[in-house]
Amino acid sequence: MASDVPPPGACQSVPALLTRNATEYADRPAYREKEFGIWQSWTWAQAADDVRDQGLGLMTLGVAEGDHVAIIGRNRPQLYMAIVAIQSTGAVPVPLYNDANAEELAYVLEHCGARFVIAGDQEQVDKVAEIRDRLPELERVIYLDARGLRKYDHGALHALSDLMEKGRAAEALHGPELDRRTAALDYDRKCVMLYTSGTTGKPKGVVLSNRNIIETSRASSEFDHLDCREDVLAYLPMAWVGDFIFSIGQAYWTGFCVNCPESAETMMTDLREIGPTYYFAPPRVFESQLTNVMIRMEDASPAKRHLFEKAMAHARKVGPDILDGKPVSAADRMAYRMYDLLIYGPLKNTLGLSRVRVGYTAGEAIGPEIFDFYRSLGINLKQLYGQTEASVFITQQPDAEVRSDTVGVPSPGVELKIGESGEVYYRSPGTFVEYYKNAESTASTKDPEGWVATGDAGFVEEGTGHLRIIDRAKDVGKMASGALFAPKYVENKLKFYPNILEAVVFGSGRDHCCAFVNIDLTAVANWAERNNVAYGSYQELSQHPEVLRTVGAHVAEVNESIACDEMLSGCQIHRFLVLHKELDADDGELTRTRKVRRRIIEEKFADLIAGLYDGAEQITTETEVTYEDGRKGAIRATLNLQDAVTFPSGGRMAAE
Amino acid sequence: MLDDTSDGYITTDGRRIGGVLMEMRNITLRFGGVVAIKDISFDIREGEIRAIIGPNGAGKSSMLNVISGFYHPQEGEVLFEGKPRPPMKPYQVARQGIARTFQNIALFNGMSVLDNVMTGRLTKMNAGLLAQGLWYGKAEREETENRIKAERVIDFLEIQHIRKTPVGRLPYGLKKRVELARALVAEPRLLLLDEPMAGMNVEEKEDMSRFILDVNDEFGTTIALIEHDMGVVMDLSDRVVVMDYGKKIGDGPPDEVRANQDVIDAYLGVAHD
Repeated sequence: MASDVPPPGACQSVPALLTRNATEYADRPAYREKEFGIWQSWTWAQAADDVRDQGLGLMTLGVAEGDHVAIIGRNRPQLYMAIVAIQSTGAVPVPLYNDANAEELAYVLEHCGARFVIAGDQEQVDKVAEIRDRLPELERVIYLDARGLRKYDHGALHALSDLMEKGRAAEALHGPELDRRTAALDYDRKCVMLYTSGTTGKPKGVVLSNRNIIETSRASSEFDHLDCREDVLAYLPMAWVGDFIFSIGQAYWTGFCVNCPESAETMMTDLREIGPTYYFAPPRVFESQLTNVMIRMEDASPAKRHLFEKAMAHARKVGPDILDGKPVSAADRMAYRMYDLLIYGPLKNTLGLSRVRVGYTAGEAIGPEIFDFYRSLGINLKQLYGQTEASVFITQQPDAEVRSDTVGVPSPGVELKIGESGEVYYRSPGTFVEYYKNAESTASTKDPEGWVATGDAGFVEEGTGHLRIIDRAKDVGKMASGALFAPKYVENKLKFYPNILEAVVFGSGRDHCCAFVNIDLTAVANWAERNNVAYGSYQELSQHPEVLRTVGAHVAEVNESIACDEMLSGCQIHRFLVLHKELDADDGELTRTRKVRRRIIEEKFADLIAGLYDGAEQITTETEVTYEDGRKGAIRATLNLQDAVTFPSGGRMAAE
Repeated sequence: MLDDTSDGYITTDGRRIGGVLMEMRNITLRFGGVVAIKDISFDIREGEIRAIIGPNGAGKSSMLNVISGFYHPQEGEVLFEGKPRPPMKPYQVARQGIARTFQNIALFNGMSVLDNVMTGRLTKMNAGLLAQGLWYGKAEREETENRIKAERVIDFLEIQHIRKTPVGRLPYGLKKRVELARALVAEPRLLLLDEPMAGMNVEEKEDMSRFILDVNDEFGTTIALIEHDMGVVMDLSDRVVVMDYGKKIGDGPPDEVRANQDVIDAYLGVAHD
C-alpha cells in the first residue's frame, strides 16, 4: 500500500487540483453546458474564479470545517463547482439523488445533519421546504435556477448568484481564512459523502477520503491513458459515485472537459453534438439506444433493412476482432471498412458515439448481444466492476482483453480474493473510510485488515485472471432439485429483446422458475402503431393477446438457449406474466440506480407469484402506486398468466 | 377585498395588482340580428389573471375577439391604458402589446417549434426585405436578438427537446405550449388565452396552470383567459367575469363568484316559468 502515500508537493485535494488546472490548463474548457440552445463554456481559470466566489459566499453564511452541505439537482456546471467550493471551505459535500422524493430526502438530510442545501431549482427547493420542520439542523437553502422562486420568502433562501457576489465582496474579510482551510486539506480528510442507493434497507452514507478519490482517479486515468483533451457528458445522477469519479475525480486529475446536457429530454441530441471521447453509461442506456435503432430499422424500407442486416452480420463476425487487433483476413477488413463508410459510421454518429475512445458500462451485467453490438461497430466499450465503497473501481477490462462475460482484471492497486462462500472481497487505496454514523455496518463490511465484502458471488478465471460475476451472493440460490438458480443470468437474456424492458425471475427453493416481464413501451407502442392495434393505456397494451404471444416467443427462445447450459438449465422459465405497471423507483421496486429490488417485488406482488405457481390462468390484483409528487393511488388490473415452452437440458427438441 | 375606486389591490397570495390596463365600457356586439354581447362592462388590471367564464354560447370567445381587436363592437368603447381605442387591424393591436393563443391551435404545422416561436417576434422586426434576404447588418442583429428572446421563452416553457421538431408532429398538449411560447415571445403586456386547457388531461392541465402562473409571476404579464374547467379557473384567477347569453351575470374574486346564485343557476340550470 505504498502507492497511497502522496509524493511531496502532490495535490492532496480536489481544490488543490483545481488550482493546478487553473494554471496548467488555464484556457482549456473545464465545463460546457447547453443553455438557450448554445453551448456555453467555462475555462479552468474561470471555473477556479467561480469556485472561489462560491467558497467565499459560503463563508459569509458561516460554513464551518467539517459541516455537511447537501447538493441536489441535475448535472449542471455550477453544481459541480459548488461541490469543489464546499470542499475548499473544509466542509464535506453530500450530493443527493435529484429524483428522490421528499421522504427519502428527509432521511438522508437528517442523517447527515446538513446545515446547508444547494438546490438546483424550484422543484428541489419545494421538496426541502416540505420537510423543513423535521430538519432542525438545516439553516439555509441556496438555489441555482431562480425561476418561480422570486416571490418566496428569502429569509433563509439565497440565490447562488447573489451569494457569489456577496462572496466576491467579502474577499478581504474571508479570503485568508478560506486559503488556510483549503491548504489544510490532506489525504486523510473527507472528500465527499455519498449515499448508497441500497437494494435493501435504508441508504448508508459512504465516507470517501481525498486519498480514496485522488488515488483512484490517478490510477484509473493512467489505466486508460486519459488526458486533458477528453470530453465527457455528465448526465448520470450526481449522487452516484461513478459520476463523482468521472466528472470530478478524473476530470480534475487529468483536466478534461465535463459537458452538461440542456435537460434530461435533450440528452440524446446533446450527446450527438458533443460526441464524447470518454463515455460511461449503465447497460440500460445502451439497451434503450439499441432498441431505438432496431425500431427505426423496422420502419425502414426493405432495401435499407437488408443492407443494414448484412452489414451488422459482417460486423458481428469480424468487428470485435478488428477492435482487439486480432488477425482478420484482408477481404474481411476491406468489407468492414466499406460498411463503416456506409453503415457503421453514420450509425455511430447518430448514436453520438463516433468519437468514443473509451466507453464503460457497469452497474449491472450487460446482455452479451448488446455488448457485442456496440463492440462490433468499433466502439471500444468495456466493462468495469465496482461499487461506492471502492470509489468505483474494483476490476476493469484492459484494451484488447474485452469480453462480455467477464468484468476484467483487478484495477491498479486493487487486491482481490474469493471467500469460501464464493463471495468476492477486495482491498484497495479507494476503499472507503466508513459508513457515516454506522460503525456496526462498517465493521461487518470491512474487516480490520481492510478487506471489503462486495456481496457478489464470482470467481477468477484461470489463465486470464479475469473476474467473472455470477450474481448477487444473496440472490444465487438453489432450486428444490438442488440445481443452481441464478436469476440475473436469465433476466439479462430476456432483457436483450427490445420488447422487454425489465424481467424478474423467481425460483429459489422451488421446483421451477417463473418470471415477471415489463414490456418496453417505446418498442411495443411502435409495434402497435404499425399493426393498427388500438390500446388505451399501458395496462391494456401489456395484456394484449399479441403482446403476450410475442413475449411468450421470447421466453421460449431464452429457455432454448438456457437449456444448452448444463449447469443452469434448471433456470428455464415455466410460467410468466406481463406486469400491468412499469417497475418504478418511486414505488420502491427499483433502486434509484434502477436495479431490481427482488425482496420488495416478491412481497408486493405475492399474490401474482402464488398465481404463477398454483397454475391460475387469470388474476385480478390491486397495486399501490406512488406518483412523482408523492401522492399515492392504486391501480387494478386483471393479468393473464401464461405457460412457456421449455426444453430438455442440453437438447434442442421442444417439449411442453 | 376589492375596492374599485382605488389604484389596485392585494391578492390573497400577496401579489400587488396595479391600475386598470384595459376597460370595456358598455360593449354590445351584434351579428345581424343576433346579439352576442349585450351591454357588458368590466376592466382588466395590470398584473392580474382575469378569467372570463360561462356556459357554451355565452359569448366568451366573442368577448375575447373584441379585446383582441378582431371584432369591432357596435356600441360601447374599449379603453386601453385609459385611452379609447379606435377600431384597429389585428396587427396594430399586436403592436400595442396584446398577444393571444387560439382555442383550436393556429400554428404553422410544417415549421419547426423554433421557427413558430420566432414568428411571434415578427412585429418587432424592422429590417428591410433586402437586408433580411441577405441577412446582413440590421437584419442579422435583429434576428440574433430575437433568437435570444425566443430561446429564453423555450427554456422557460421547457420545450428545448422539441426545438427543431416540426410542430405537426407534436402531441396536442405540447402544441398548446408552443402556442403559448409564440404569444409570450412577443413580450405582451396583455396575454389572451382562449381555452388554454381545452382537451387536456389532468397532468397537462396541471402543467399548463403552472406555466400560466409562472408567466404572470416571472414577467408580470397581465393575463385574460377563457376557460371551461371551473376548477382551473377558480385556482388560477384573481377575478372572474361570468357571462351567460351575452350578459354579464357576475364579476369578482373566485369565491364570491362561486357563491353567486345567478352563476349557479347558469351553470346548473334553473326551471324557467
